[in-house]
Amino acid sequence: MHPGRRLFIQGSLALAALAAIPRGLLAMAWPEKAFGSAVANDAMTELFGTSQTTPSDAITLGAPEIAENGAVVPISIETTLTGVQSVSVVVEKNPRPLAVSFEIPPGTQPDVACRIKMGKTSQVMAVVKTENGLFSAAKEVKVTIGGCGG
Amino acid sequence: MASKIKVKVKLKGDIAEVKSLMLHPMETGARKDPDTGSTIPMHHITQLTFANNGEPVMVINCSTAVSRDPYFSFSFNGAKPGDTLTVNWVDNKGDSDSTEVVLK
Amino acid sequence: MADKQEVKVQTTRQLLIFCLCTALSSSAYAGPEEDRIAFQAYFQTRFPDVPLADYINGIYALDEGARRQWVDIEEFPPYEFAVETGELLFGQIFRNGNSYSDCFDSQGIGVRQRYPRFDSDRGEVVTLEMAINLCRQRNGEPPYSYDSDELVSLSAYMAWTSRGEVIDIAIPDDPQALAAYESGKQFYYSKRGQLNFACSDCHVTSAGLYVRADHLSASLGHPSHFPVYRSKLGKVISLHSRFYGCIRDVRAKPFAEQSIEYRNLEYFLTYMSNGLVVNGPGARK
Repeated sequence: MHPGRRLFIQGSLALAALAAIPRGLLAMAWPEKAFGSAVANDAMTELFGTSQTTPSDAITLGAPEIAENGAVVPISIETTLTGVQSVSVVVEKNPRPLAVSFEIPPGTQPDVACRIKMGKTSQVMAVVKTENGLFSAAKEVKVTIGGCGG
Repeated sequence: MASKIKVKVKLKGDIAEVKSLMLHPMETGARKDPDTGSTIPMHHITQLTFANNGEPVMVINCSTAVSRDPYFSFSFNGAKPGDTLTVNWVDNKGDSDSTEVVLK
Repeated sequence: MADKQEVKVQTTRQLLIFCLCTALSSSAYAGPEEDRIAFQAYFQTRFPDVPLADYINGIYALDEGARRQWVDIEEFPPYEFAVETGELLFGQIFRNGNSYSDCFDSQGIGVRQRYPRFDSDRGEVVTLEMAINLCRQRNGEPPYSYDSDELVSLSAYMAWTSRGEVIDIAIPDDPQALAAYESGKQFYYSKRGQLNFACSDCHVTSAGLYVRADHLSASLGHPSHFPVYRSKLGKVISLHSRFYGCIRDVRAKPFAEQSIEYRNLEYFLTYMSNGLVVNGPGARK
């Protein structure tokens, strides 16, 4: 068989196989570059194509004012925005600001909670991507050096 | 062997409230071993997928900034008793783990 | 009318005499019960808005912001893995066919609230952790290291089975028992280390105040929630491990886990919390 034709058939089979996977999963590659960025704006540009967000009251970011321990900071994000595609947490002063990103398939509520590490006092931003764009809410979380808590 | 992924699901009508806790060191790669002084290599969950009856209901992409022994909670619609919720993660070393729970 | 008045005067006089006698005997020697009542009363006076029962939650009884984070973590507490491992280990059969349930009252379920106890035969305080190892040794099994995951998980499981049980430490009518209690009490109130702090300096006198960014908890209730999962360490640790850390932090030479000093200290501290309930294992920063 002509090598080009073989390649074409292999390619078609591959495409067919890809088409068989539920559409949602195709988007789910681990965003290595975004997680590897050392600057918040770069991380966001890698992940979303832009670092511009519209602040929104429709996002409720739950984060402590003073983190009891920087190793485990409970965070919750809720939003009444519709058509949510993803919810991400960006910790501005962390060595790698993009902390976590939730991919929200249709049928899943844009209401998540997790526990993150913070290296030092920083603004924590919840970034919500909807079909209408990027929205955000931010809070400053203080991280202190202990005394005798060890 | 004790489980390494724990999942608790509460069904409220057709909404499933999912809480999950899993064992994983989530090493940042910046920490030094206090005894030897050598750097502990990065070792963290990269992607975590929840699927209900095979359909993805949540995919979480993690960095090393997710706390050790990660916890996540979220809710999804269209759930009913008898559904099977599977959870699986892969980490940067290529290891993986999974578990499943039947909703009731 | 006159009779009633006379009775009143009689009663008042009796009351006065009673109070005087009590005061005199108290000044001569305050026993453990008097110590405990005074200890608990001190904190209740110091923090009038904190219910006595809440002291088992340590700093979360005094710090609203920290409490909210703790409540979030308790949604799915990380010590659940240790409890599960502990339960599996607890169910193991030793090579001689016995198991932990043969060593403890009530088959070892729901007994944590009575530890540490004074063992008059041994002439020393036996903590739960020590009792676990004594059980192993009596049955031909090698003891676990006190900071091992196995021992800490077993302790976590046994604490879990006692959740809600009232702490009930006994000081038997044995001069050695009283001496152990007094030794623990003296340790607690003695200054040590380069920082010259006694346990009481931080956890009695300065409870509710700050040492740098750490908000100091009250000693009342301290032993109720151990062992604890520490966020900082990502694992569950024992009470003696925390004693070790605290004493190292005031730049004194720490004693070893399960040393006689720490066992006596635990005996004194847990007795001070009699009446509160067990809520271990706990989650802390």
